[in-house]
Amino acid sequence: MTATSDAGTSPAAATAVPVSPGNARRLPRRSPWGHPWFLEGFTWLYLLWSLAPIVIAVLFSFNNGRSQSAWQGFSWRWYFTDHTNSVLHNPQLHAAVSQTVRLSVLTTLIAVPLGVAFALGLNRWRGSLPATFNFVMLLSYVIPELIFGVSMFFVFTTLFTSVHLGTLAEVLGLVTWNVSWPAIIVQARLATLGRQYEEAAADLGANQFQVIRRVLLPLLAPAIFASAVLVFSGVIDDFVIVDLLSSSAGNTPMSVIIYTTQHGGNGGPALNALGSIMLAMSLAIVILGYIGYRLLSRGERGGLDALTAIVGEG
Amino acid sequence: MRAKKAKSPRFWIALAVPGMIWLLVLFIVPVYAVLAIAMGKLDQMLEAPVAVWNPVDWSSSNVIDVWRDIFGGASFAGPILARTIAYTTIAALVCLLIGYPCAYFVARFAGRRKGLFLVLLIAPFWISYMMRMLAWIDLLATGGYVNKALGWLGIDPVNWLGGHSVTVVFGLVYGYIPYLIMVLFAGLDRIDGSLLEAGRDLGLGRVRTFIHVTLPLSRQPILTGLLITVLPMLGDYYTNQMLSGAAHTSMIGNLIQGQLGTPGLEGQGAVLSLLLLLVLLIPMVYYVIATNREAASR
Repeated sequence: MTATSDAGTSPAAATAVPVSPGNARRLPRRSPWGHPWFLEGFTWLYLLWSLAPIVIAVLFSFNNGRSQSAWQGFSWRWYFTDHTNSVLHNPQLHAAVSQTVRLSVLTTLIAVPLGVAFALGLNRWRGSLPATFNFVMLLSYVIPELIFGVSMFFVFTTLFTSVHLGTLAEVLGLVTWNVSWPAIIVQARLATLGRQYEEAAADLGANQFQVIRRVLLPLLAPAIFASAVLVFSGVIDDFVIVDLLSSSAGNTPMSVIIYTTQHGGNGGPALNALGSIMLAMSLAIVILGYIGYRLLSRGERGGLDALTAIVGEG
Repeated sequence: MRAKKAKSPRFWIALAVPGMIWLLVLFIVPVYAVLAIAMGKLDQMLEAPVAVWNPVDWSSSNVIDVWRDIFGGASFAGPILARTIAYTTIAALVCLLIGYPCAYFVARFAGRRKGLFLVLLIAPFWISYMMRMLAWIDLLATGGYVNKALGWLGIDPVNWLGGHSVTVVFGLVYGYIPYLIMVLFAGLDRIDGSLLEAGRDLGLGRVRTFIHVTLPLSRQPILTGLLITVLPMLGDYYTNQMLSGAAHTSMIGNLIQGQLGTPGLEGQGAVLSLLLLLVLLIPMVYYVIATNREAASR
């Protein structure tokens, strides 16, 4: 639906097509061959397929009934009015929300400083040892999550047995899994910054700590902020690590609850409500991240850069 | 200047060391633990795996068990591996077939609306994977909208969630295609527009410019994009479990995850994890090197 209506709104762009070679140079963004309507339609169809199911799932979390396919009126029933099955009153769902928040906050607080310090140190410390650890960090970034989760499961059940499966194991696993975000992003930022700012500060008499506090940290603030956003939302959405490292209902976060209660499609709308709460949390973090990133980088980079930065592609 | 920098390497070392120790204790040691358990023994009384840390004492009993599972007479792991390869290959190719046109369109033709398209393409990154699967479970359920739509067309309802390969592959495509599209978009967006203009100035039509200029330049993004979709698919057990749950559609991820909770089989789970890691190590290292090179050239 959206595909056709949107495509129809900009015929003016298509009529301006016969462009002479001289003109094309002034309009570098426009294709000289006219607008590819088929590709645009295809892209809209893809987006519809990709996002419409989510919209429907969120809508049905407000359904005043058990059905996931017949609308019975709007209600907050599955969020808080229902006294036994709503997210607020079902102890399991309620605990899941707070566990997710707890894990996200703890992981971000540990992983971001750890990763930023790691990136700063590795950037200046030349040699084979730091280079090896940089490679190890990159491997931890690309290793399939299942293999990583399995190794964490084994290490906590056979070697570090004093760390029982549960919140502590989950946080340790999540920090290790996410520490590469700040490490990679800050390193990339350091590479584009160069050394001239620090050298100027050092020439003016700043010591190492002052250089970091007054010069490097403000310059790195957008990168640090972007990585904190990525870690926080990454933990909200994480599944494999927490699934393998959680031990009881008290330390099971939202994603695992959705997975374990969903088998066979009998979850009921309260699960949709739980999923919608997760979605709202991620969305809030992203919007906050986008605004924060633009403020911190003070328009130095455009909106598109900010967008790609908060998905870690920048 | 140089002397000043060299004066305090200890400071930078002190910054890096906590992260290094963390990675050593909680990444290198755990991966070694998998190896120690894979090559370890079984405590017959408790049916619990015993890790053997010293390579001299390694036993090959788990490896032999897994070898029998895969290639032996009553092999059950062999078909699972074959199925994993088939599902992953098909899903990755479908991802590419759908993802490339979208990424190509947004990178080259979206113009002023690029930001809007980018937001919509990125949106799935911020939606929990479980929420995305839940959404499709609602739609594919026996009384869900998909079957209702089929009913309009006069087709009998299908029990989509009852263990169909099609549903599993569909779920894998739906789950991992956003990653592929983002990598492709980033690669295609970087192609210099003047190269395409040059192609046109030399008399190439739209299709031939695409074949002779764009496609060769997108080989690298396609490769890394496929990698970034295939790596998680191979470790995926939840998509399969949520959308099918049947033994006859299970993949290597399901096998490993199942053995993890089963007394006596955890050693074999460790062997299978290592096997998977070994197979994936080359593409992983390739990915790290390729993205490093790309970052350096930017």
